[in-house]
Amino acid sequence: MKKTIVMLCALMLLVPAAMFAGGAQEAAAPASAEDSKMGGVLVFGRSGDSVSLDPGRETDGESFYASTAVFDTLVEFVPGETAVQPALATSWDISDDGLEYTFHLREGVKFHDGTPFNAEAVVFSFERQFQEDHPYYDLGPWKYWGYMDMDNIVKDVVAVDEYTVKFHLKKVEAPFIANLAMDFASIVSPTAVEKLGEEFKNNPVGTGAFKFISWTKDSDIVFERNADYWGGPVYLDRLILKVIPDATSRWLALQKGEVDLIDFPSNDDIPAMRATDGIQLIQQAGLNVGYLALNTEKKPFDNKLVRQAMNYAIDQEEIVAGVYGEAGQVAKNPLPPDMWSYNDDIEDYGHDPAKAKALLAEAGYANGFSMELWAMPVARPYNPDARKVAEIMQAQLAEVGIDAEIISYEWGTYLDKTDMGEHQAAMLGWTGDNGDPDNFLWVLLSAPAAELPAGNIALWKNAEFTELCAQAKVTVDQAERDRLYREAQVVFHEEAPWVPIAHSVVTVPAQDYVQDFVLYPTGKRVFKHVWIEK
Amino acid sequence: MIKHILKRLALLIPTLFGVITLVFFMIALAPGDPARIMLGERANAEQVAQLRVELGLDKPLIQQYGLYLSRVVRFDLGKSIASGQQVASEIAERFPATIELAWYAMIFATVFGILLGVTSAIRRNTWVDYTTMGGALVGVSMPVFWLGLVLIMIFSVWLNLLPTGGRMNIRFYFTPITNFYVIDGIILWIKEGTAKYLVSAIQHLILPTIALGTIPLAIIARTTRSSMLEVMQQDYIKTARSAGIKERRVIYRYALRNALLPVITVIGLQFGLLLSGAILTETVFSWPGIGRWLYIAIGARDYPAVQGGIIFVSAFFVLINLAVDILYSVVNPKIRLQ
Repeated sequence: MKKTIVMLCALMLLVPAAMFAGGAQEAAAPASAEDSKMGGVLVFGRSGDSVSLDPGRETDGESFYASTAVFDTLVEFVPGETAVQPALATSWDISDDGLEYTFHLREGVKFHDGTPFNAEAVVFSFERQFQEDHPYYDLGPWKYWGYMDMDNIVKDVVAVDEYTVKFHLKKVEAPFIANLAMDFASIVSPTAVEKLGEEFKNNPVGTGAFKFISWTKDSDIVFERNADYWGGPVYLDRLILKVIPDATSRWLALQKGEVDLIDFPSNDDIPAMRATDGIQLIQQAGLNVGYLALNTEKKPFDNKLVRQAMNYAIDQEEIVAGVYGEAGQVAKNPLPPDMWSYNDDIEDYGHDPAKAKALLAEAGYANGFSMELWAMPVARPYNPDARKVAEIMQAQLAEVGIDAEIISYEWGTYLDKTDMGEHQAAMLGWTGDNGDPDNFLWVLLSAPAAELPAGNIALWKNAEFTELCAQAKVTVDQAERDRLYREAQVVFHEEAPWVPIAHSVVTVPAQDYVQDFVLYPTGKRVFKHVWIEK
Repeated sequence: MIKHILKRLALLIPTLFGVITLVFFMIALAPGDPARIMLGERANAEQVAQLRVELGLDKPLIQQYGLYLSRVVRFDLGKSIASGQQVASEIAERFPATIELAWYAMIFATVFGILLGVTSAIRRNTWVDYTTMGGALVGVSMPVFWLGLVLIMIFSVWLNLLPTGGRMNIRFYFTPITNFYVIDGIILWIKEGTAKYLVSAIQHLILPTIALGTIPLAIIARTTRSSMLEVMQQDYIKTARSAGIKERRVIYRYALRNALLPVITVIGLQFGLLLSGAILTETVFSWPGIGRWLYIAIGARDYPAVQGGIIFVSAFFVLINLAVDILYSVVNPKIRLQ
């Protein structure tokens, strides 16, 4: 008996030992072509899985990470910027009244299944999202179409000839072109949708740089190079998106070399990453803003001087250092710094308690006042810990005689209550979608957005600001729009309906050999030009 | 015997009914409108209202409950809001991963737990006993999350022996057959003559198995020890010894068999509980199982998924306990003969 147990124990020990022995990791595939950039497998360690691979259906970043590899759009974001450039459309004309957009399509492009890319495919990709009698409309819901209010923008999409598509709009909407660079506007293979139906969302077919190979749920998605890609050579043989939910595990996997770059590192690990040989940190400001909205319809924030005093009293530097760490930068404008028309000439209020007290006295609050300070209960990209931010603000406000009581509700309730303007001052934030300033200034600060339930939770109804933004909405001339938005930010600064807090900074730690990986402000992860240094 | 099993099976129905009711109301009464939470900052009132209708949240609670019950009885768990897939198929896709991990963790815990328990019982109050039981105390109190990370740090990063997570070397581009990767590995070994899939599957299992199995191992060891000590005091052991039967035979033949009864109950309970411990292990080791899926569903307020997942796991738990009961009556003649 004893012998058996000893044998058993030995076996238990030996089996893993044998596994160890055979456990050397596979070496990366050797370069397959003359071109030194060609070849290799890139593994991206990310925090969650895609919901589905049909970008028209989904709203989450993880789904778009995968669909961006497979699909193209008519226009696309310039790498690392919010401006748009030609993609599947080589050029476009806008009619003088701004209601007709004519796109000239790239010729000779094929979908991964061999279907030729043409005007019919473009019409199909859009009509399925809004024509209720379209045979594949039922594969929705087409959420982003709704989010971007496309029903109220697009009247119809028409194929003029094989390589020309015309959009008729219901109203003049300059940001429309930026919407078309978003993932939901991806062009899908009509034959694949017809063939696969409901299953298309698990087997995507587009014109993109990578062909979809396989998807193991909650584990990995594998793509291979599309050798016929229209947009220049694709260097990677394969691209793998691997799910590693825990941030520390992702960092350990990167250290071990199992993955080549990772998403969303833990803030605490960033200094160690910076100090590690062979690891580079790729950083980019996110397209978002976290703010404290001052309800301009409630006392004392109906007074501009008090709102300005709040801006002087609150020290964003301390908040960013204490809560965001490496993952944030101080905000002074409602727009994120990488967005076109960001007005950098505006001078930050800075931290000046004496000035704040003087303004309060001028406004008739020499002895300060009591207020409610609302903080979100959940971590958001633009604010990782609102309650902690609130505590820092509380201390800063106390210095100027303002007594702030921190209030928080369950997330759904919080959103409902702030939408209805029940707060005095509430923290919230916004992540941009299409890289257009309209997507921030109009939805968050215009007078129409202050109608309940409000997107403009400062309930700030400023005629001058609203007029500037409305003007920019219907102006198709880019330089003119740029000027209008810069001016609008000046009005915002003077009237101070918010205390802007911070913009997040996105960090992607990568192995040194990963080349030409560019982060996009819109949050895309694009691998088509990435190559591995051998 | 048959009657006993049937009686136990009949008890399943009210138990599951209770679970379904509890889960439904717990979720329905949780604060926050799921439609609002799902849509987040960008929702307008119209979209929230539309989603509420889609989810059936506009109906009175009792009517929602009735509808839900009538569907569950027909084994229809509904569609996940997030993915639009059938909840049942989402579960079926992920459950094998969890079961595979839990199974090996349980074998690990049982074999080593009983071995250690018996060893410390027969060497009571020696350093062997103190070390083992001290270790068991540490094991019981070890946070799984932390243990997992430490294991990865040591065995993957420093010693470079084992992978940090996942179920299979992703560069093998492996297509699952049964979704139990060890079995798949064996099938491919037979079919394709390469053991690399099997080896990789086992390599990936080692660390999560240890992380998940440590707590049950410690509990089983402690139960075995105390049960053994109790049995060893019994008269029939003394009788066996005085009859001159070899000590080893006395321990394994006479004592351990009887001492195992409470241990079996503990093993059954622990196996059920592993499903909840799996959430943490699956997260640390990027294990694509049901624990993590359920965790994400809860965060996203994906109600059909949460309800379906909890009902499924509860049903599984109840079935495991039923199996243990049956096993118990097989091992214990006192029950069998009743």
